[in-house]
Amino acid sequence: MKKLASKLYLAIIFVILYAPIVVLMVYSFNDSKTSKWSGFTLHWYQELFQSSMILSALRTTLILAFLSATISTVIGVISCLGIQALKPRFHNIMMALNNIPMVNSELVTGLALMILFITIGISAGFMTVLIAHITFCVPYVILSVMPRLKQSSKSTYEAALDLGATPLLAFFKVVLPDLMPGILSGYMLAFTMSLDDFIITHFTKGAGLNTLSTLIYSELRRGVKPTINALSTLMFLTVLIILLLMNRPRQRGESPS
Amino acid sequence: MTKKSFAFPYLFWMIAFTVIPLLLIAVYGFTDRSSGAFTLSNFLAISTKEHWSALLLSLKLSLISTAVCLLLAYPLAMILKKTGTSRTGFIVFLFILPMWMNFLLRTYAWLNLLDDGGILDRFFGLLGIDYRSPIGTTSAIVLGMVYNYLPFMVLPLFNVLSKIDENVVNAARDLGANSVQTFFRIILPLSFPGIVSGITMVFVPALTTFAISDILGARKVLLIGNIIEQEFSTASNWNLGSGLSMVLMIFILISMAILNHYDKNGEGNAF
Repeated sequence: MKKLASKLYLAIIFVILYAPIVVLMVYSFNDSKTSKWSGFTLHWYQELFQSSMILSALRTTLILAFLSATISTVIGVISCLGIQALKPRFHNIMMALNNIPMVNSELVTGLALMILFITIGISAGFMTVLIAHITFCVPYVILSVMPRLKQSSKSTYEAALDLGATPLLAFFKVVLPDLMPGILSGYMLAFTMSLDDFIITHFTKGAGLNTLSTLIYSELRRGVKPTINALSTLMFLTVLIILLLMNRPRQRGESPS
Repeated sequence: MTKKSFAFPYLFWMIAFTVIPLLLIAVYGFTDRSSGAFTLSNFLAISTKEHWSALLLSLKLSLISTAVCLLLAYPLAMILKKTGTSRTGFIVFLFILPMWMNFLLRTYAWLNLLDDGGILDRFFGLLGIDYRSPIGTTSAIVLGMVYNYLPFMVLPLFNVLSKIDENVVNAARDLGANSVQTFFRIILPLSFPGIVSGITMVFVPALTTFAISDILGARKVLLIGNIIEQEFSTASNWNLGSGLSMVLMIFILISMAILNHYDKNGEGNAF
């Protein structure tokens, strides 16, 4: 009885969580632009691949997510090594500063960066959005890598040095593999945050530049076109397939590290 | 392998792109728009009726959403903890997956579901039940907030709960505590860090949102986030916008201070 109740509860939550997504997917096949169902069509998928506006927004979004996740991960890993070496007092100051973008709302972070860019006269565009994304992504990387670094022991690194490895080689052969799970989850987190961000992008992008989020926001007033639904359906299914493939070996009882 | 100097580039980055921008907000917040003289008026503008009621409404809706998220997520995290370890990874994955569909679109999809002439309307119409769309009311906005931020509550709670040593729970049972006592005396206190971090991760974005109220409030409901956003984008009164942002930051800081009091070690991080 209790088991049934919990299963039912899970089911209800998942229905609510996925209902809007199913709606979006279904509407991407709807022949009419309104919410009324008027027959199956692949028309929106055809139009999608001809819409240079959507495709360029998609390109910007993906390049942005890739660059900000990659740069944030590099900065984050290097900084973790640095922060770890600091005295407790400075260690705490760094971590407190690092927490600001996470605690501060995205609204304030976005506004503050917009004011900065305009004040120092950097014209808003791809660079400003990239800087903004890196600024809010690095904290997530640091928070993923730091616990890993604290757990890893120094002696393996020292052993590598004793055995004649240069510090750089020892870092790449010993330390980095040890930190890898943290780095990967930090990278994924940064990528996801950048991909899904709307508020900070909204304030730091210039006219003319659009990510998918800001493109969708600008279309909300007129009603979102089903082409966007079609694109989201494709993206969602791509991610679903990738993640399912990645999840498979782990479920076959590979020992967790 | 660790060198102090490795921390410097990021320190400069944070000073340039986190600290200085916040100082700039303070500068704008404390200066007059036309004369540039020091003033508190942008700050005090929060007391005008329009701003004050928007702030109160934001506080109310974000508190309600946070409470609903907590009430929904806690049993959920308990259930997830109880399902076998082989399947939890997959279930947690199911919570993260929706985030890969743009959040504006997901929120917009609720409009299709709930609006007059939408899916629910027609469904109830078939059953002959009178349906009144919640779009444009505060309940639609609460729904949007709960929907969008629920995973942020579930994940830290699940993390903390799954770390609780079963032996502690069993010991409490052996010593004669019933399941209610075990929950309130053992599980709940041990899960506090997760509760704190979940509350933070839901409350802050809910308090400052403007997109959810834009979409589901049908522009009839003004939250403080909407007002600040308009000051910057449409009205371009940065001084007023900065002043109001600072008021908002004060509310966030107060709630952080209260919450940090309960979670000193930051154990409840979601990641």
